[in-house]
Amino acid sequence: MNRYKLIRFGVWAAAFMSAATLFIIIFYILVNGVPHLTPDLFSWRYTSENVSMTPAIINTAVMTVLSLLVSVPLGLFTAIYLVEYSRASRFLTFIRLAVQTLAGIPSIVYGLFGLIFFVTFLSWGFSILSGALTLAIMVLPVIIRTGEEALIAVPVSYREGSFALGATRLRTVFRVVIPAAVPGIMAGIILAIGRIAGETAALIYTAGTVAKTITGVTSSGRTLAVHMYVLSSEGFNTDQAAATAVVLLVLVAGMNALSLYIAKKAVSYEQ
Amino acid sequence: MSSKFEVKELNLFFGEFQALYNINLQFSEREVFALIGPSGCGKSTFLKTLNRMNDLVLNCKITGDVLLDGKDIFSAIDVNVLRKSVGMVFQKPNPFAMSIYENIAFGPKTHGVSKKAELDEIVEMSLSAAALWDEVKDRLKKSALDLSGGQQQRLCVARSLAVNPEVLLMDEPTSALDPLSTLKIEELICNLKTKYTIIIVTHNMQQAARVSDKTAFFLLGQLIEADLTDKIFSSPKDKRTEDYITGRFG
Repeated sequence: MNRYKLIRFGVWAAAFMSAATLFIIIFYILVNGVPHLTPDLFSWRYTSENVSMTPAIINTAVMTVLSLLVSVPLGLFTAIYLVEYSRASRFLTFIRLAVQTLAGIPSIVYGLFGLIFFVTFLSWGFSILSGALTLAIMVLPVIIRTGEEALIAVPVSYREGSFALGATRLRTVFRVVIPAAVPGIMAGIILAIGRIAGETAALIYTAGTVAKTITGVTSSGRTLAVHMYVLSSEGFNTDQAAATAVVLLVLVAGMNALSLYIAKKAVSYEQ
Repeated sequence: MSSKFEVKELNLFFGEFQALYNINLQFSEREVFALIGPSGCGKSTFLKTLNRMNDLVLNCKITGDVLLDGKDIFSAIDVNVLRKSVGMVFQKPNPFAMSIYENIAFGPKTHGVSKKAELDEIVEMSLSAAALWDEVKDRLKKSALDLSGGQQQRLCVARSLAVNPEVLLMDEPTSALDPLSTLKIEELICNLKTKYTIIIVTHNMQQAARVSDKTAFFLLGQLIEADLTDKIFSSPKDKRTEDYITGRFG
């Protein structure tokens, strides 16, 4: 009889289920993982007895930084070109199409490409470098798209105000538009970090699964997510895999919080 | 009085559409010149021609001459130098997402001023000239976006003044403001007149009558007539001007 009540219940139930799913997953990971978080798991060196994740944590950090070093400048400059400099043309349509296509490719395909190109063709072997570049290509569309959206969201009146003061386009873009777009750009980088930290398929065949701390960019090493994947697929250490998941969860949440904090600082307009 | 800006046989097209027809107009130093007319008559487009903001519009084509101090603004003056000499205040306040101080300092920094003491002085002078200094002197480092609409617009005036312009273009500067803020901007215009040539587009005829020395009436891309404001409002030569002023259309 009462349609509105029904709809209201439906909306409420959907929202509840979405939130509940997240909490159930977190709860499940914590319940299964926390009891197995032993000091052994954080030993400096990995052995097949302690299955330490410390090397994987370090590898993840290096992998993330390396990927971002390549993808953030490339992606941001592409976004700046697309929004601030390009005029409608076939070339522009082509770039947009390419970015959209990149975004739709499954990560295992990136892994295969990395294997063929970086690992084999360039003979870099299974290495952090091969993995980082593969991931850089993978997160490029994320950074380009969020960067574009962030720049487009800056009011046209900002640009007009700057031009009207006699500022060049370069100065307008870098001193007025980009600072105003920082929160959006940071949001894109957070997304990219999340994808890098959580990626496995694109890494197994590019960075490899060596469980030791890397000694340089050409050495092979597993990230935390890959570590987890290997532990659970081997089947001997599923408890330790759950414990690893807890650490991964905390790390990603921590990084997001940190990025948000930085973004907030950047727009507080202090001199 | 010598002529600051001289516009000769100006035609402006957006693609196929002609927005301005054969405009001839002169602006003298230290006067307030109001441009009035109904929406879509081309007065804002005309104003934006004077600092070449129309360059940013795709497919905009201009014929005719615009001379600033006798120099052609399209060929003899660098566009960024032109925009430094011919400042602009927009319809909606558009402070940058920076501190109040940085908003004002942005222009001077653009044109090579880098010494802190010099910038401090410019900031204080510009804000004082825009009658905003007393209200914001204790919070120069705070975001300009936290100011009220009226304060933001005065900040934009100050920002324009900071690069030491000769001409100030104002595109309906009070249309987004409350009556009290409008009054402050109008007082400001009257004060600034002693130093700058001010060209103001306005929808508000009382405003044109209150602040301007001369007025030009635009209709459908044509300049119908231009004369002393008193004459335009008391004894316009053209029937269409009279109809507009007495509120018969527009």
